[in-house]
Amino acid sequence: MSSVAKKEEYNYDIVKFCVIVGIMMGVLGTFIGTWIASELAFPFLNFDIAEISFGRLRPVHTNVVIFGFGGFLLYGGGLYMVQHATHARVRFEKVAWAAVILWLIGCLCVVATLPFGMTQAKEYHEAEWWIDIILALSWVCMTISFLGTIAARKMSHIYVGLWFFMTMLFMVTYIFVFNGLCIPVDFTFSYSAYAGIHDAMTQWWWGHNAVGFFLTAGFIGIMYYFVPKHANRPIYSYRLSVLHFWSLTFLYVWVGAHHLHYTAIPDWTLSLGAGMSVALIFPSWGGMINGMMTMSGAWDKIRTDPVMRFMVVALAFYGMSTFEGPLMGTKSVNALSHYTDWTVGHVHSGALGWNAMIAIGAMYHMITRMWNTEMWSAKLVNTHFWVHLTGAIFYITAMWGSGVLQGLMWRAFDEYGNLVYTFADSVAAMHPFYALRATGGFLVFCGFCIMLFNTLKTVSAVKAGTNVTLTAEARA
Amino acid sequence: MSEYKKEGGMIRGIPHDTIESSLPILAVFVAILVAVGGIVEIIPAYHLEDSEPNVEGVRPYTPLELEGYAIYRREGCFLCHSQMIRPFRDEKERFGHFSLAIESGFDHNYQWGSKRTGPDLARLGGKYTDAWHIQHLRHPRSVVPESVMPNYFFLEERKLDTSLTKRRMEVLAMMNVPYSADDIANWEADLKAQAGVDDGDGEDDLRARYERKTWEHDGKVIQWTDSFEPTELNVRAFDGDASDITEMDALVAYLQMLGTSVHFEEGVDYYHDKFGQPYRE
Repeated sequence: MSSVAKKEEYNYDIVKFCVIVGIMMGVLGTFIGTWIASELAFPFLNFDIAEISFGRLRPVHTNVVIFGFGGFLLYGGGLYMVQHATHARVRFEKVAWAAVILWLIGCLCVVATLPFGMTQAKEYHEAEWWIDIILALSWVCMTISFLGTIAARKMSHIYVGLWFFMTMLFMVTYIFVFNGLCIPVDFTFSYSAYAGIHDAMTQWWWGHNAVGFFLTAGFIGIMYYFVPKHANRPIYSYRLSVLHFWSLTFLYVWVGAHHLHYTAIPDWTLSLGAGMSVALIFPSWGGMINGMMTMSGAWDKIRTDPVMRFMVVALAFYGMSTFEGPLMGTKSVNALSHYTDWTVGHVHSGALGWNAMIAIGAMYHMITRMWNTEMWSAKLVNTHFWVHLTGAIFYITAMWGSGVLQGLMWRAFDEYGNLVYTFADSVAAMHPFYALRATGGFLVFCGFCIMLFNTLKTVSAVKAGTNVTLTAEARA
Repeated sequence: MSEYKKEGGMIRGIPHDTIESSLPILAVFVAILVAVGGIVEIIPAYHLEDSEPNVEGVRPYTPLELEGYAIYRREGCFLCHSQMIRPFRDEKERFGHFSLAIESGFDHNYQWGSKRTGPDLARLGGKYTDAWHIQHLRHPRSVVPESVMPNYFFLEERKLDTSLTKRRMEVLAMMNVPYSADDIANWEADLKAQAGVDDGDGEDDLRARYERKTWEHDGKVIQWTDSFEPTELNVRAFDGDASDITEMDALVAYLQMLGTSVHFEEGVDYYHDKFGQPYRE
């Protein structure tokens, strides 16, 4: 794609920073996740400390993994991809650095305020208004630098990965700003600009599109660069990428309403959301198929290359959770699944299976290319893969089991028309599943620790000159 | 990537080559396309009058309940408890009548939640005694052995911080919550009266303010019918101690009023008829 000489003109420092911070966020986020999962299995772990009780800590987990880990992967991977796919050094470098530093400050503020109960109480948008402003400024800086680099591209066409990234930049700006509108009472408390049904609808317009654009469009953009690059194969179908790009861009926006089935939201909105959710399987699978088929002629690599394996399994999970999503978006399935752990399982099959694995694959790829080195231990990369995959499967299957069980217990009637179970019965029935889920989460956390260790060893080996440099073939 | 470039061009008459070669064109298309869904799904609900059918009885929170709401939010209760009962048989049996849009009409933000690790709380008010709530919040497993809820005994030890109460009401009044100037000016007296720490001096004034039938905001008047009797306020030392106001007082006051504002009657369709009109005749 580009000559070796060109690569030296790229700004890798900023990408290296993002990747290292991103891995650390992965360690922190999965640690907190494991902790709160354990609290649900063994409530004494709340230790009667308000700041680490489940209700306060759960948003810290979601924010650190989504905006910390996911965010730094998108910033780092995005800046890496945009330079490689445009053959231009990142434009407005100081602005790009400002974006990265502000994002880090924002994430640290989130971690420092949420345990003390300073929350907007909007899921995945918990940070108070002044932290929102820091994060929004960072996002604007990133957008300027990213679009600036595209404008400076050395070829006429804009690469498909960059389209997806651009869609994410625009849509996340809309949803973050409009969902975040509020009137502050002081630095610790604000009231949403919306109430009741309007607030609910705006929240899930944000909530589902944080998934749809931050965790899907952005990560699909990453996939479109790193999968073909790592497999050393061209993208399977250009036409499919065009088709699924525009349909995904248009359709995803509508489906947030399926989080509110059978609530007090007007029924026409919910039906629209359900219909669009079903339709969304086409663009989603378009992306999955395009990624998978790119492996044609390179399938042997999944036997020998654990990084390739991370990426391929990520795509498989993406296909699976985007099949499950439309299913859960229909009203009759949602009637059972809503309010249960099934939703949590679905989210984690996307997050641990798709997002984390494609991110981890892209990060290993970038580390080896940027430092021009093999990983310190290829074995540990392989270990990471199996530990992560086992953890993810434990997690997801536990939540599927508990979710369906919960849903069925809640709606069970006996022959006299009485409810069979009390709510407390269903809570008691969750215990083994919660313990299994916590185990799965712990394995994922261990995987991230392995990754951090391996990465730090790799970087220090490069500094000491004891590393093995990449072959010319791998660098190409 | 080379193959991909060669293939570019017209796709079913659309000059995609041009679109993907121009940053401004691509950016404008994307910016417009991603805006459509949200506009169509969010904005009409403000204008279609059947989105939020008008039902008598829903009033703004009293100052004490408002502080309880803030504690509910602070502790992240909504992460495990929903406040949105769906119109299913099992939910009606377990939690009560399905939730109406108007019942959360003054909640900035809404507390519907998305997960029931614990039961729904939309109609918790009046279901248990104060003593039960206090014991349950202190040590949930002492009354519900299966519970996985954290212990919240510290609520009882903490004096309620009321430094923001007035400002909270002012901010809500800036939006659509019908607090009058009188309500806001008397926030402290009302707060003390409801928590029972003023020997009953302010109770009548408090009841006059929050059991009224006319709520006015920005020229828009909410007027309930003469025969409608608003739900009586809970006025007492919620934590059993009338010497001071703790966070426990505020939270229990909030929990005890949840879902009690609307008086549901058999045979009335709260979903469909009489939009814009009170349901009683």
